[in-house]
Amino acid sequence: MDYSNNALLTIGTFLPLVGVLIMMFIPGSEERTHKQIAIVTSGLTLAVGIYTLIQFDYGNSATLQFAVNEEWISVIKSNYIVGLDGISLPLYVLSMAVTFLVAIYTWNNVPDAGNPKAFLMLMLVLQVGMAGSFVAQDLILFFVFFELVLLPMYFMIGVWGGEDRQYASLKFFLYTMFGSALMLVAFLALFFQTGAESFSFEHLMSAGALIDHDVQVWIFAGMFVGFAVKVPMFPFHTWLPDAHTQAPTQGSVILAAILLKLGTYGFVRIALPMLPMGAHEWAPVIGILAVIGIIYGALGCLAQTDMKRLIAFSSVAHMGFVMLGISTLTTFGINAALFGMVAHGLITGMLFFVAGSVKHRYHTLEIKRLSGMLIQMPKMGWILGFAAMASLGLPGLAGFWGEFPAILSAYNPGFGLNPTLFRTLMVVAALGTVLAAGYLLWLYQRTAFGEPNPEFVSHGEPAHSLSAAGNEDHHDEIHDVSVVEWIAWTPFLLAIVVFGVYPQLMFKVLDPAVVQLVERVGNGIP
Amino acid sequence: MIATLLAQAPDWIRPHVDWHALAPELVLVVGINLVLLIDLWLEDTKKWMMASLTGFILLGAFIPVVTLAVIGDDVRSMFFDRYVVDQYALVLKALFLLIGYVIVLMSQNELEEGGYYQGEFYLMLLVSVLGMVMMASSRDLVSVFVALELLSIPAYMMAAWRKRDAKSNEAGVKYYLLGVFASGVLLYGMSYLYGTTGTTKLTEIGARLAEADAGAGLIAMQVIAVVFVIVGFSFKVSAVPFHTWAPDTYEGAPLPVTAFLSVASKAAGFVGLVSMLYLAMYAADGVYEPFIWVLAALTMTVGNVVALRQTNIVRMLAYSSISQGGFILMPLAVLATGDAAESALKAVVIYLLIYAFSNLGAFAVIMAVSRKTQSGEISSFGGLMSYAPGLGLLMTLFLASLAGIPPLGIWIAKLQAFKTLLDAGGGAAYTLAVIAAVNTVIAAAYYMKVLREMWMKPVPDGDVTPINPPQPIWAALGICAAGTIVLGILPGLVLRFADLSDLTNALGG
Repeated sequence: MDYSNNALLTIGTFLPLVGVLIMMFIPGSEERTHKQIAIVTSGLTLAVGIYTLIQFDYGNSATLQFAVNEEWISVIKSNYIVGLDGISLPLYVLSMAVTFLVAIYTWNNVPDAGNPKAFLMLMLVLQVGMAGSFVAQDLILFFVFFELVLLPMYFMIGVWGGEDRQYASLKFFLYTMFGSALMLVAFLALFFQTGAESFSFEHLMSAGALIDHDVQVWIFAGMFVGFAVKVPMFPFHTWLPDAHTQAPTQGSVILAAILLKLGTYGFVRIALPMLPMGAHEWAPVIGILAVIGIIYGALGCLAQTDMKRLIAFSSVAHMGFVMLGISTLTTFGINAALFGMVAHGLITGMLFFVAGSVKHRYHTLEIKRLSGMLIQMPKMGWILGFAAMASLGLPGLAGFWGEFPAILSAYNPGFGLNPTLFRTLMVVAALGTVLAAGYLLWLYQRTAFGEPNPEFVSHGEPAHSLSAAGNEDHHDEIHDVSVVEWIAWTPFLLAIVVFGVYPQLMFKVLDPAVVQLVERVGNGIP
Repeated sequence: MIATLLAQAPDWIRPHVDWHALAPELVLVVGINLVLLIDLWLEDTKKWMMASLTGFILLGAFIPVVTLAVIGDDVRSMFFDRYVVDQYALVLKALFLLIGYVIVLMSQNELEEGGYYQGEFYLMLLVSVLGMVMMASSRDLVSVFVALELLSIPAYMMAAWRKRDAKSNEAGVKYYLLGVFASGVLLYGMSYLYGTTGTTKLTEIGARLAEADAGAGLIAMQVIAVVFVIVGFSFKVSAVPFHTWAPDTYEGAPLPVTAFLSVASKAAGFVGLVSMLYLAMYAADGVYEPFIWVLAALTMTVGNVVALRQTNIVRMLAYSSISQGGFILMPLAVLATGDAAESALKAVVIYLLIYAFSNLGAFAVIMAVSRKTQSGEISSFGGLMSYAPGLGLLMTLFLASLAGIPPLGIWIAKLQAFKTLLDAGGGAAYTLAVIAAVNTVIAAAYYMKVLREMWMKPVPDGDVTPINPPQPIWAALGICAAGTIVLGILPGLVLRFADLSDLTNALGG
């Protein structure tokens, strides 16, 4: 491997910390300054990210670029190795873009608990953890970054969240902690089984495949639980609806757009290539659980009365498609999964933004009480419709390219996986898309169509004056999308269209890296 | 009389004394006398100077430690390899001196405002630190025991420093009685070791035991000796079931003393135990491995489970420090299995170092906060983030480190401990690793409880006047925070000091 020891990724990853340091020394009362610093810092980070995009050698996206290998904890044979290839590039830049846009959105949407200083500092730390996870090429380094996101998110939900925030945040924390404990044990087991030489991905990918079949299956099980909690996959998903519903809008967006991807990214980057036989044995289980997740998530959505909770459940279903794509172990499926990760990040992030803004205006997300959004705030209504269409996988928008190829890939799973099983899964998953159309259209119909609920039309209505007591300025008038919202949302909307119309833009970055990955998995399966 | 002495003179060889290597101890000895003398002539209004003087003495003793470390890694051995200054000893000496300094920073205002006996307090502190510094170099039964007593006896008095407070007296008496009992047990064990091997030098005892182990096996008295020595040190490191003194003593003693006991005194106990295990009793692995296994599993579990139910933050930290002790013991339970010895040594040393920073930091925050709230309840931390964000952030760092969340300090120590167990392999090691993993999650729950109070709960009495801790506390907090973060991100800085070759080769063993 060629280590150019280029500082670009290191700068891009750690730049937000500079902002955190500056903010630390400015008193919390200067809220405006803090917001400016956060926007500038995350903007500069994104600029570095875009520079990385420009510098990236697209002809060579299967190899690690901007790679750095510096001594770190030599005693435990862990080095500071970072690098970027086609698989991580989109997610790396996406995390930067989302943080920047969320910082902008925070300009006049600070969650109720106030204290934007702490909130924005946590958000910037979170960004370090997310970007770091996508560039780390050493298991211990990856683990550190992976864990770094835990506390900021815990506080974001727990301090700035909704009414049940403490319960939701603790649930999120304990689930993830449990998952990481098992994951760490699996990492260490992998390390010792490969001769205790190095934690670097490169070494483990070549040495991991030589581990005995049965041992691989066990180690994979540990990683499976760790990553599956994060994704979340079906039986481990129960923290997600609570966390998403209770989190502040910004938290929900980041959670949906990036944090969930850490789990699926872990499968693709770590579990599959390092433990090919384990992956092969577990693939049917992953596939079945993924499809259960699709159906269960969709049915869950149909039963929700709260808009945000509905979107949260739809995440379970969408991540099911991603996992189904991964479980086929084909280039087609994994490409679709990676595309789906980005698409889901954009679309569901957008939906959560809309939900946050609706909550901000109506002080409720109860679907029953919302109606006639298209009359009251036509632009918001259209954006909701657009995002819902994208989410249900309308061709021409980004969501389609995550779902459709994932389903298709199950027709012909790789490496001798049972085709009958996967074809059955394919049919069930396809049914899931019908359900998805069902719950999203139903949601849209109930909230956007019809006459506006009279309780939100007249002034000073008694029904919710209590909940709105602290927000004199906007409870009596429902206004449409604001300027700040437009600035924060337009890039999301554009990206959904661009990737929908021209998916090749991302596929051509992903594909070489995925082909290499699947080859690697194939070589490890006898 | 003189004639008989002279007659023996030809047998007497002048021991080699390396003054540079002894410099830290010498500085401390001179400093102790200075404190003692100056305190006699100093007016009561100027007693505050004692704190500064003590601080300078500790920093003065730190200088030779640094120069020795810079000069290189040659081992300086004195008194026929019975007193050794190597990298392992140096890093621990540096730790003890630094802890002493932080404790001085923490106690300054507490003592001044409480009108306690300042001169005497610092004297006791210096003597105790001297004992610890000696412990790091002791390679002989006698010097180990002397060092242990030297560090313990002042600590008994310091625990009872608030002499008009019944709880502080209880703390001192409990600590004293159980401590003395433990010393007795330890001495009993050591006497058996000496009796069955005929030497007090640790490496020679080790060699004899190895011979016995390879030949006819250990005799009963040797087995008892090993068990007694471990029991003796278990009191010091408050391992379950020998921990009963710890919570009451921690709660009753003045806070800086509690911090000192839970960090320095415990670390010194571990250093003594490590010297004994690695050098003297290494061959008796059939005896100490299962024994320590049980101790470690009990210690981490009982400490954690009881900590969960505490409402007083000092008691909670007391039990949490018991449970952390279990994690430090854990790698020692497999030290002679496979090639885990080196890995275990590193785990213990780095754990002691980082744990010291994080735990001292947590105590410093508690001191700062309780100056305002006058309460030790966890609920008194409610809403801390809203009116003292600096302290709240620091407490978050320290507790997250204690919980083992990367990239803060203790995660790397925990990782190293787990790695040692997996390195050793075998059913017993894996079982202990699973017990430890479960305990990590339990521990996270009670550390999170405090974090939840600070971040998410309202201020209990609505009093949001900001806290202005005195400068020394800020300095202490700064040192602890820097240690917690830097060692978490770059553990290599200290890990390299704990090479096994240092400890064993040094002794010509």
